[in-house]
Amino acid sequence: MTLASIIFAGILTYFTRMTMIALISRDMLGDKIKAVLEYVPSAVFPAIIFPAIFINDYGTFIEMNDPKLFGALVAVIVGYFSKNIIATISAGLASYWFLIFVVFN
Amino acid sequence: MLTKKQLFTRGMLDISPHMLSVIPFGIICGAIGVELGFHPYLVYAMSFIIFGGASQIVFLQLLSGGASSLVAVASVGIINSRHLLYGAVLSEYLEKLSFIKKLLISYIVVDQGFAESNKFFKKNKGEEFLYYHLIGTGGTLWVCWQIATLSGIILGSFVPEELGLKFAIPLTFIAIIVQDLKKIDHVIVMITCGLSSLLFFDAPFKSYIIISPLIALFVAALLLRLKK
Repeated sequence: MTLASIIFAGILTYFTRMTMIALISRDMLGDKIKAVLEYVPSAVFPAIIFPAIFINDYGTFIEMNDPKLFGALVAVIVGYFSKNIIATISAGLASYWFLIFVVFN
Repeated sequence: MLTKKQLFTRGMLDISPHMLSVIPFGIICGAIGVELGFHPYLVYAMSFIIFGGASQIVFLQLLSGGASSLVAVASVGIINSRHLLYGAVLSEYLEKLSFIKKLLISYIVVDQGFAESNKFFKKNKGEEFLYYHLIGTGGTLWVCWQIATLSGIILGSFVPEELGLKFAIPLTFIAIIVQDLKKIDHVIVMITCGLSSLLFFDAPFKSYIIISPLIALFVAALLLRLKK
C-alpha cells in the first residue's frame, strides 16, 4: 500500500521534472517569458530559505533572538564577500553552533 | 570547446561543495523514516523512486500522522512542482537532445544541480555538449543522496539531533543566490518570494512552495515592464 503511494508520488515527481524539458519546445515560450524565467532561482529558493529560518519545527514563528537568524545573517555576509559555497555553509553552521553550544548553553 | 568528460568533471566539481549540506540532510531523511516506523526498504525506495529530499520527509510524516495516501501523494506532487520552473529554464539548453535523452536526463534534475548547471550554462552558451555538465551535477547529487539516505537508514540517528544539521539546507540555498543580492530587481523578487512563503506557509498541501515563486515571478514580470 505504502509502496504503491511511493510509486505514484515518484511518477508525479518525475512528470514535474520531465514535462517542461521533454514536451515543451523552446519556441513555445516567447521572449517575455524567457526574460521572466531569468529570475527563477531568485523567485524559488527564498521559499525554501525563509520558512527554514523563520518558522520552527512546530510551525510557529521564531523569536527574534533565535540562533538561526544570526547564522543565516553570517552566511549571507560571508557568502556575499567570499563567493565561496563551503565558506558560506561552514560560517553559517559555525556561528549557529557557537550560539547554541557556547552562548546559550 | 570542452570535451564531454571535461564538462562532466566540471559539473561534479561545481556541485561538490553542496554535499556539505546534502549528505547530512540525506542521513537525517533516512533516519527519520526508520524512526517513524517505516520499513527500511520503503524508506530507501523513496530515495530511488521519488529522489526529492524535503518531499520524502513530508510524505513519511503525513502518512505516519494518519493522513490518507492521497493527501501524501498530492503533497509530494505540489512540493515538487517547482521542477516545472527548472525545466522551463533548462529547456533552452537541452533543446537539441533526442527525446530519449531528454526523458533520461529529467530524472536527475534537482534544486542544487539545476542552480549550478544553470549558472554554468549562462556563461558557456556556445558549448556543444553542455548537458554533460548537468549529468555531472545531477549524477553526483544522485549518488550522494542514495549513499546518505542508506547510511541514515542503517545507522539510525547517529547524527545527534542537537546539532541542528537541518539548518545546512537554507545555508546551501543562501550560497546559491547570495551573489544576486547585488541586483536590486533580484532582491525585490527574493523578498517577495520569501515573505509570500511565510504568509502562505499554512496553505494546504505545502502549496506555499509553488505559490510564492509564482507571485515572485509575477513581480519580476512587472519589474521588467517598468525597466523598459
